[in-house]
Amino acid sequence: MSRVLVGVKRVIDYAVKIRVKPDKSGVVTDGVKHSMNPFDEIAVEEAVRMKEKKLASEVIAVSCGPAQSQETLRTALAMGADRAIHVEISGPEYETLQPLHVAKILAKLSQDEKADLIIVGKQAIDDDSNQTAQMTAALLDWPQGTFASKIEKSDAGLTVTREIDGGLETVKTKMPAVISADLRLNEPRYATLPNIMKAKKKPMKKVSAKDLGVDLAARIKVISVEDPPVRQAGSIIPDVDTLVAKLKEGGHI
Amino acid sequence: MATAIVSSARQVGRLTSAARRLYSDVYPKITTHYTIHPRDKDPRWKDISMERVAEETDILIIGGGPAGMAAAIRARQIAEEKGAEVRVTLLEKAAEAGGHILSGACVDPIALNELIPDWKDKGAPMNTPVTSDKFGLLTKSGRIPIPVFPGLPNYNHGNYVVRLGHLVKWLSEQAEAVGAEVWPGCAGADLLFRDDGSLKGVATGDVGIAKDGSPKDMFERGMEFHSKITIFAEGCHGHLTKMVSNKYNLREKSEPQSYGIGLKELWEVAPENHKPGLVEHTIGWPLDKNTYGGSFIYHLNVEEGEAPLVATGFVVGLDYTNPYISPFREFQRFKLHPYIKPMFEGGTRIAYGARALVEGGWQCLPVPVFPGGCLAGDTAGFLNVPRIKGTHNAMKSGMLAAESAMELILSGEATHEQGVTPSTYEDKLRESYVYKELKQVRNCRPSFHTSLGLYGGVAYSAFSTMMRGKEPWTLSHGGADHAKLKPAKEYQPIEYPKPDGVITFDLLSSVALTGTNHEADQPPHLTLKDDSVPVKRNLGIFDGPEARFCPAGVYEFVPMETGEGQRLQINAQNCIHCKTCDIKDPSQNINWVVPEGGGGPAYNGM
Repeated sequence: MSRVLVGVKRVIDYAVKIRVKPDKSGVVTDGVKHSMNPFDEIAVEEAVRMKEKKLASEVIAVSCGPAQSQETLRTALAMGADRAIHVEISGPEYETLQPLHVAKILAKLSQDEKADLIIVGKQAIDDDSNQTAQMTAALLDWPQGTFASKIEKSDAGLTVTREIDGGLETVKTKMPAVISADLRLNEPRYATLPNIMKAKKKPMKKVSAKDLGVDLAARIKVISVEDPPVRQAGSIIPDVDTLVAKLKEGGHI
Repeated sequence: MATAIVSSARQVGRLTSAARRLYSDVYPKITTHYTIHPRDKDPRWKDISMERVAEETDILIIGGGPAGMAAAIRARQIAEEKGAEVRVTLLEKAAEAGGHILSGACVDPIALNELIPDWKDKGAPMNTPVTSDKFGLLTKSGRIPIPVFPGLPNYNHGNYVVRLGHLVKWLSEQAEAVGAEVWPGCAGADLLFRDDGSLKGVATGDVGIAKDGSPKDMFERGMEFHSKITIFAEGCHGHLTKMVSNKYNLREKSEPQSYGIGLKELWEVAPENHKPGLVEHTIGWPLDKNTYGGSFIYHLNVEEGEAPLVATGFVVGLDYTNPYISPFREFQRFKLHPYIKPMFEGGTRIAYGARALVEGGWQCLPVPVFPGGCLAGDTAGFLNVPRIKGTHNAMKSGMLAAESAMELILSGEATHEQGVTPSTYEDKLRESYVYKELKQVRNCRPSFHTSLGLYGGVAYSAFSTMMRGKEPWTLSHGGADHAKLKPAKEYQPIEYPKPDGVITFDLLSSVALTGTNHEADQPPHLTLKDDSVPVKRNLGIFDGPEARFCPAGVYEFVPMETGEGQRLQINAQNCIHCKTCDIKDPSQNINWVVPEGGGGPAYNGM
C-alpha cells in the first residue's frame, strides 16, 4: 500500500473580490477570508478515497506558509488525512515563496516520510502557476500524471486519465509518481464538525525550510501587480468602409 | 334569455382562462427545503440514516457577534475564578469570526471596559476615539446643521469608531485564550427539546442536500450539542430565536418588533477629506418626511502608509409604506447630495454590505428567558435607537446571561436532565443600564409614526430627551413593519438616478464586493411557505417589493419561459444574511432558514 503526501495551499477564498494594493506590490490579504485551494481539496479527497479503498496506508497533508496555514491543514485532517506537516514560512520569505521552493520541500519530505505518491492540486488559484507537481516530479526523477481526472491504481502502477486540450489522454506510470488533480477528479467531502473536532487531536509536525535543506532565496521578482485595464466601450460601425478606415486609423492594418 | 346565459358563460370562460394564464395555479416549484417539505414523508430519504452524533457542553452559545463572544468570555472568566470545569461552546455560521458582522460602528466602551479592562494593552482594534460629532438635516440641495451637545443621545465623546468585524475577531481570540471553544462555519439549524418541553440544545445543519431536496453522495447529518443552558446571540432577527420565541410565547406581551435596514460601504478617501474621529449623521433627504432613516459617515484612524478610511452607510426604517422604495438606491443617491458628494470624489469604494437592525426598543422586548436558555444582544432587541448604539448593550447582556447561566450551573440547578429558566438574567437586565437606557428612550422611535413624520419625531425626541424619558406614557409603534406596506396602486414608482460607477454603483457589483457565496447545489434557504404567493400577492398587490428591498439581488421577478406572466426567481447564492426579507415581506411568506455553514458574506472589518 502507498503512503500518500498531499500538498495543500492556503489561498484567498475564490468568492472574495481581490483588491490590488495601492503600491502595486501585490494584493490585499490582511483580514481577507482565506480557504484551501479548491484543487487541493480535490487532491485531499482523492488521497482519502484511496485510503478508504485500501490502496493507501496513510495520508500526510503538507502546507508551506505562515501560522494560519495550520487552519488549512486542520481542514485536510478533518477530511481524513492522518497527520500534517506545517513547513513554517512567514514574512518576506513567504511573500517570495515560489513553486520551485515548494517542489524542493515536497521532494525532500517525500523522501523523509518514505511516501511513494504525491498528489497536489493542478494549480493554485492565486498565482495559477501550474508548476509545483511538474517540478517535484523532475527533482525526484519520478513519472507524473498531471491534470488528472481519473486515477486507477494497480500493482503495476497507475493509470491516469488526463484532461488535455484535445480531450482525454490516458497514461500509465510506474510507482512512485506525482499527480496533479484537475476539477473533475472527484467532488470533495465536507469537513464536518465532528471530524473537525477529531482533527484537533491528530498530529501536526512543524518544520522549517532550513531543516529540510531548502534555500528560499527568490529566483523570480514581482515587479508590479495591477488591475486589468478598464474595458473601453465598443462602438457600432455602420459599414465596412468605416471599419477599414478605423482600423487604418488605429494602425492595425 | 338562453343566449344571454350562454354568452355570459362564454365571457366567464374567457375571463377564467385569461386569469389562469396570468395567475396559473401551476407555479414553478421554488421551495425544496425540508422545513417546508418534510423528509420523513419523502421517498428519496427512505434509506438515509438520520442519526446524529451528540456532544455535551455546559453552555452553548449560538452566534459569534459581540453578545455571543462577551458571553463566552464572561462564562470562562467566572469558571477560572471559581476553579470550575465548565465547557463553553460557541457556534458561528460565518466561515471566519467577524465574517458576518456589519455595523457603523460607533461603540460605547462601557461594556468592554468591564469585560476586559486592559483591552488596549491586549491590542483590541479600538483606535479611533471620537473627536467631534456633526448632525444635519439634508434638504434636496442644502443642509441645516443641528447642534450636538453633551446630554444629547448622539453626543459621542468617550466613544470609539470601530470596524466591528475586526473587534469581533479580536474578541474571538480572547474567548479562545480563556478556554472557550469557537467553531466558525457551523450553522445552528434545529432546536432540540427534552420531554418536559425545555430546550435541550441545538443541532447544526445537515450538509450535502441537493438543490431539489434529495440527498447527495456526501450527505452528512449535523451534530447535536446538548447543553445545560443555551444562549441565543444571533443578532437582529435570528432564525432560531424566531422558533424559540414561538415555542415559548416569548413575545406574547410585546409589541411586534420593529426594524430598519442598514447598508454600509467602506471608502478610501482623498487625504484632504479625511478627518479621523469625526462622527457625522444626517436625516432628511433623500427620504421623505414619512420614511424614517438617515445616514452615517464615520472617519477611522489608519496606520502609517494605509489609505484614509471612511465608513458610510444609510438606514431606512422597515416600517416604510411605499412599496417602490429601494433602500439600496436611496443609499446610492444620498451620496450625490452636494454636501456629501465632495467627500467621496477622488475616493475608492472598497467594501459593501447590509444588515437589518432592530429598532423597536422597550415596547418590543420579548421575555428573554425560557426553560433551558435565554436571548442576548440584538436578537432580543437591545439596540438604543436615539444613541444609534447596540454593541455595548449586546455585550453587557451577553455578560449578564453568562453570569446567570454560571450561577445555575455551579449551583447544580441547571443539568442536562432538567432545563431551568435563568430568571435571574431578566432581573439583572432590569437592574443594569441595558433596560434603563431602553426605557428612557422608549418614546423616541415611535414618535416618528404620526402624520408629522420626521419633524414630529425630532421635536418629540428632543422633548423626551429633556424629560429623560420620565413622561408617564409609552407610545406604541402601531403594528408590525410588514403590515404597514401599502398597495402599489397608492404610489408612483420612484425615479432613482442611474449609477455612475464612480460615486454611485449598481446592485450586482456591490454584491460582488461582499464576497458572498453559497454552495450552489443546496435547497434555497429563502423558503416560501406557499410558492404561489409571491406572484399572486406580492407582485399583484405590491409590485414585488422584495426585488427592491433585498440589498443583494436575491429576488427577481422574471418572465415565465412560456412567455405568459412572471415568476419569482430566488438567487439564493447572493444572500448576505441581512434578514430584511423575512421581516418586510408583506405576506410573511418568506421564512429565512440557515444555509450550509460557512456560506454567506466574507466581510473584512465591516
